[in-house]
Amino acid sequence: MSKYHILLGNEAIAYGLVECSCTLAASYPGTPASEVLSTLLGLKRQHALDLHAEWSVNEKVAFEVALAAAYTGRRAAVIMKQVGLNVAADPLMSAAYTGVKGGFVLVVADDPGPHSSQTEQDSRFYAMMAKLPVLDPTSPAEARQFVRMAYELSEQFEIPVMLRPTTRICHARQDMELPCFSGFRQTPAFDRNPGRWAATPKFRLMLHHQLNEKIESIAQQAQFYPRLANDDPLRLAAERGNRSGSVCILASGVVFAHTKEILADLHLYDSIPLYQVLMPYPLSAGFRQELLRRYDKVLVLEETSPVIELQLQNKEKVLGRTNHVVPAAGELLPEVVEDIVRKFLDLPSAERIEPPNIAGRRPTLCAGCPHRAAFFAIKKAFPKAIYPSDIGCYTLGLNLGAVDTVLCMGAAIGLAAGFYHAYRAGGVDHPPIAATIGDSTFFHAGIPALLNAVVQGTRFVLVVLDNSTTAMTGHQPTPAGGMTVDGHQVPQISIAEIARACGVRFVETADPYRLPEFIDLLKKAGNHTRDADGGIAVVIAKRPCLMDRTQPRSWTPRNIVINDKCKSCDFCIKHFECPALQSPGEKMPVQIDRTLCTGCAVCVHVCPNRAIEIAG
Amino acid sequence: MQQIIISGVGGQGVLFITRLLAQAAVDQDRHVLISETHGMAQRGGNVVSHLKVGEPRTESALAETGAGRRSPRFEFSSPLIRPGRADVLLALHADGLAVHRHYLKSAGKAFSNTQDAQDSNALDATRIASRLNAPVSANLVLLAFALASGELFCSAEHMQKVLNRSGGRQLEMNLNAFRAGLSAAREKLKP
Repeated sequence: MSKYHILLGNEAIAYGLVECSCTLAASYPGTPASEVLSTLLGLKRQHALDLHAEWSVNEKVAFEVALAAAYTGRRAAVIMKQVGLNVAADPLMSAAYTGVKGGFVLVVADDPGPHSSQTEQDSRFYAMMAKLPVLDPTSPAEARQFVRMAYELSEQFEIPVMLRPTTRICHARQDMELPCFSGFRQTPAFDRNPGRWAATPKFRLMLHHQLNEKIESIAQQAQFYPRLANDDPLRLAAERGNRSGSVCILASGVVFAHTKEILADLHLYDSIPLYQVLMPYPLSAGFRQELLRRYDKVLVLEETSPVIELQLQNKEKVLGRTNHVVPAAGELLPEVVEDIVRKFLDLPSAERIEPPNIAGRRPTLCAGCPHRAAFFAIKKAFPKAIYPSDIGCYTLGLNLGAVDTVLCMGAAIGLAAGFYHAYRAGGVDHPPIAATIGDSTFFHAGIPALLNAVVQGTRFVLVVLDNSTTAMTGHQPTPAGGMTVDGHQVPQISIAEIARACGVRFVETADPYRLPEFIDLLKKAGNHTRDADGGIAVVIAKRPCLMDRTQPRSWTPRNIVINDKCKSCDFCIKHFECPALQSPGEKMPVQIDRTLCTGCAVCVHVCPNRAIEIAG
Repeated sequence: MQQIIISGVGGQGVLFITRLLAQAAVDQDRHVLISETHGMAQRGGNVVSHLKVGEPRTESALAETGAGRRSPRFEFSSPLIRPGRADVLLALHADGLAVHRHYLKSAGKAFSNTQDAQDSNALDATRIASRLNAPVSANLVLLAFALASGELFCSAEHMQKVLNRSGGRQLEMNLNAFRAGLSAAREKLKP
């Protein structure tokens, strides 16, 4: 057996956290960051670590939980995806002023592309705005090393440090040696100091001055200085009499990894200086001056925004996104980098087969997914409604025409309320509004929105798609589970009770698999929004996710067959879109893919010709 | 070094096949770098893995530097394969061939799971796996078929050991599918 183990970038970060004896880690799941905390949970069980790890209800809460641990002098971490930092931006800005005692690492995974996100936002700008140092790893192995550097920096300057991997780091795998874990004791000690931890504006100004001093000093730290990656090859080439030109490339993150490989392929690794910027912010003033003194042209390659580039402040010499040398949107794939590098160095463009212009397969809800049944019912009950929806697997309700808006976590409820006011204030009768939100998303950001909608007198139907898990990101638990990740029993939080406590008077729970009854219930809910003394109606569509093997299956699969009444109208395929229902060709009867069909039997109610039935 | 694209649709086991190949490489003392698809695309959308496999870390993998020192030869640093650079494409779904063929270099080899398996490198792996009552194991049928060609960095025998070691509840089914892929390759070779 090899001593090398293949670790996912997110696993490598988790190993890094444990290597550094992190004592508290809090996270909310989100692609591409989800596997960090799940790996930590596995390591905790395996090695009986002194670590509190939790899936918090949202990123803001996760940040605050972890921060307090760092206030007591213990090492802590908070992990999230980039849009999660929007939610946690409030504590982030303030924590930069208060600083920390124990090491505090904020892992924020960005998603250039975007592959699984609403935006391509660059979290390094948050670091800059908050005046916090940020590290940008170029590989899974380096991400793990950077955790240690981040903790040391954090403790030396009593400052939170951001580690910013991107999707291509988080979801890359690489072979590396595993560490042995040897924890050290960290006694919690919260030193009361209201001038710091509870600072009023007067003290805040002092803290701001201190923060400025910290960030100035951090920029001078030699180990975080940009590194000339090909120092050796350049020196050897110089000894052979080859002088390198007056151009150079600055790169960070996975783009550095692409650039290094491309320069090697072009046989230019020993002639074009390539700098790795491991800490894009703060960039040392000395380095900036030296760079601009030494080179005539500097190409900056980074994702996803010009964070390094904007700090260089010389538009004559510096080429990048601000002068359109680098595209302003989209992932910097290696082929994109190659094109930019070739142009920068006046090389002929690469010969390449362009990718085919085919749409490929769109993702779809799984066969037997309870969300599909709920969406079909919503379309039946409210055919001409506005359908605000939210973030999760059920965003794929788009395919069924049952999703009109997807903005951010929890926005289905805020938007539903806003649509109601817009139509009512416009003096027109409002169309039905049928909003959908997942259970985990409801807990995350839906509760204040629901409370607000109730007290503002709005009327709409809210369907909570409750599959009792956070499905999209890999089945993390929700507060309704009644169990901590360590298996301790805690109170189960009821969505129905929360909705009632928010002042909703129509709250019903039903199984979307029982389609006719579910449609009837939705119609009743619709009536409540029109009644003189009615209001918001909440319907909880409760049925566990089929892919979550930890949940009980309270459904006997039925044997579904297509009878000779099938008129090949493809209604079921277009409007129900179950992957198990397949059309073998035009004017051919629909077939059932036995390997995919789960026997939920919802489709029996879908066919207008009664051609789908339960056998026997 | 070898660059391999593994393509399919969510749920076909693209990640599983990628991990098996990577483990086989690490067992041979090679470095690997992989890029995977996670998230929403896994719900039935197109999924692709990029796998780079280095040379075994023996003397041959060391390069003479100008200073007379020997340092590891630089192989790769990017987790992604550029279009036109892949040596092998494993298409677990017929769609993958159309969507991801542009990654292959002109001399590259594509092994695909298609119903119409006329091409010598194409196989109806789903039908073979279905006959074993294990349609989800089509990925292993195709992997074995591709390994039998000798175009990949490791042998079918070596992979069988990796598979054995991977264990799991599905081991027997996986091994059956793997062996069926090998026999299918022998069938195809017959004149």
